[in-house]
Amino acid sequence: MSAGRDECFDRAVTVSDPTSIDPVGAVRRKVEAVWRIESGKLIARLARVTHDLGLAEELAQDALVTALEQWPRTGVPANPAGWLMTTAKNRAIDTFRRDAVYRRKLDAVGRAQDTSQDPFASEAGDAMDDHIGDDLLRLIFTAAHPALSTDARVALTLRCLGGLSTDEIGRAFLIPESTAAQRIVRAKRTLAAKRVAFELPAPAELADRLASVLQVIFLIFNEGYSASSGDDWTRPGLVHEAMRLGRVLAGLAPEEPEVHGLQALMEIQASRLPARTGSDGEPILLSDQDRRRWDRLLIRRGLAALERAESLPAPIGPYTLQAAIAACHARAGSVEETDWARIATLYEVLGHLWASPVVELNRAVAVGMSAGPEQGLTIVDGLEVAGQLAEYPQLFAVRGDLLARMGRRQEARAAFGKAAEMSRNSSERSIFLRRSETG
Amino acid sequence: MRYIVLLKADQIVPPPPGLMEAIMKLGEEATASGALLDNAGLAQGAAGARIRVSGGNLSVTDGPFAETKEFISYAQYEVSSKEEAVEWASRFMKVHQDLVPGWEGECEVLKVFGPEDFGPPAPS
Repeated sequence: MSAGRDECFDRAVTVSDPTSIDPVGAVRRKVEAVWRIESGKLIARLARVTHDLGLAEELAQDALVTALEQWPRTGVPANPAGWLMTTAKNRAIDTFRRDAVYRRKLDAVGRAQDTSQDPFASEAGDAMDDHIGDDLLRLIFTAAHPALSTDARVALTLRCLGGLSTDEIGRAFLIPESTAAQRIVRAKRTLAAKRVAFELPAPAELADRLASVLQVIFLIFNEGYSASSGDDWTRPGLVHEAMRLGRVLAGLAPEEPEVHGLQALMEIQASRLPARTGSDGEPILLSDQDRRRWDRLLIRRGLAALERAESLPAPIGPYTLQAAIAACHARAGSVEETDWARIATLYEVLGHLWASPVVELNRAVAVGMSAGPEQGLTIVDGLEVAGQLAEYPQLFAVRGDLLARMGRRQEARAAFGKAAEMSRNSSERSIFLRRSETG
Repeated sequence: MRYIVLLKADQIVPPPPGLMEAIMKLGEEATASGALLDNAGLAQGAAGARIRVSGGNLSVTDGPFAETKEFISYAQYEVSSKEEAVEWASRFMKVHQDLVPGWEGECEVLKVFGPEDFGPPAPS
């Protein structure tokens, strides 16, 4: 299939690097770069016209395959994004016509649709761009639809909005490529079977649908953030993919505080990435990090996003609160300068929205820093009495730290020993073991 | 991966109609794509200075400088490959090529060091 639009080629640019021994590889990488930038918009537009996310994704993939075949021969077109769209549109029209002819043949009465009907007829030129924001938002909501399992939502979002291949998704989540491919096929089938329309959520369901989208993005972020080891950068790359999605979403739904809250949380957390592992890959706790290595640009962006979340009239939620907590650390030059009283208050508010013993344990740390270890320990005792977090090594590590600061060394050592016993992470365990010896 | 793109070119005074708008539109698109983190135009060298260490001396020279081409703007992108940064920078250059007849300039795409440059950490 040809894009058939001459102006696409009238000023073809060459990307061949004279020093490159692999010009085909150079074109392939160029195609992939264009794909990363354009695939989401491409799929979103195609899905609006076809009303079928699965079909749209296949049409876009076809265009990608065609580009990979043709561009090494023809050169990269001057407007690669336009070329991909034209190619996918032509394929879509072919499909529609074929379907229409097929339907007409079936339909003896002859109430056939007009076979010359072009579903893109009203989509001329720039008019398409006017809808692209809404289309992308529809795509985000549909790919993260609650009708799908969490795994399916994550895979479909990375596929349709991140432009990731099934191979990349597989490597990122430590699953075989076939499993990743299957998740996407099943997700598309589920959307079709449940007749999920390619539409924006109705106002009544907006909150739940948005929560589902935010959850998917934050899951992708955390999957990458927790991947501090391994020999494949696809996993840490998920951090940036999630941040990119968060930034896209913040542009598309600027009136939703939690969208900015999530973006702020991710930017500020990611700002610590350069400082959170040592030269041997061992994790470095927040309190021990060299703050000069924190990424100031991301902090600045995160604080700006947090300000946007807090300035909106709608109420904030758990992401904004967590971002506000992260911001307290980001603003502080050291552990001592940190506004622990504010952090304690923020955890208290978070606990009202999202009752969780882990939140309460974090509040204990903040109270321990602001009001003193005794008050912190009272909260930890409360958790223990309630039988919560009995298997959670951090509970004992927090207890140990508070006891140590109160001078109760022997009890502190015992608590850290217990934490080390429970920990399943070898680097974390070695930190606890060391404290179990020193107190 | 993060890249800094520095544009060095002749100052375009005054900018032809549509140039600034096209630049803003592209910036908007790159921001909406989640790729553009930060950017700004740079004032003429006359407003700045150079600090040089040479022959054991540190010297400060105020602008302007003799070169005809000046740094015009900078941008920081976060992308998943060098080619993606090059694609955004090429689009930026093409806007100038299309709207300013006879314009010449070049931009440099510089990679900011990131964890990917130091090899994977040892498996723990």
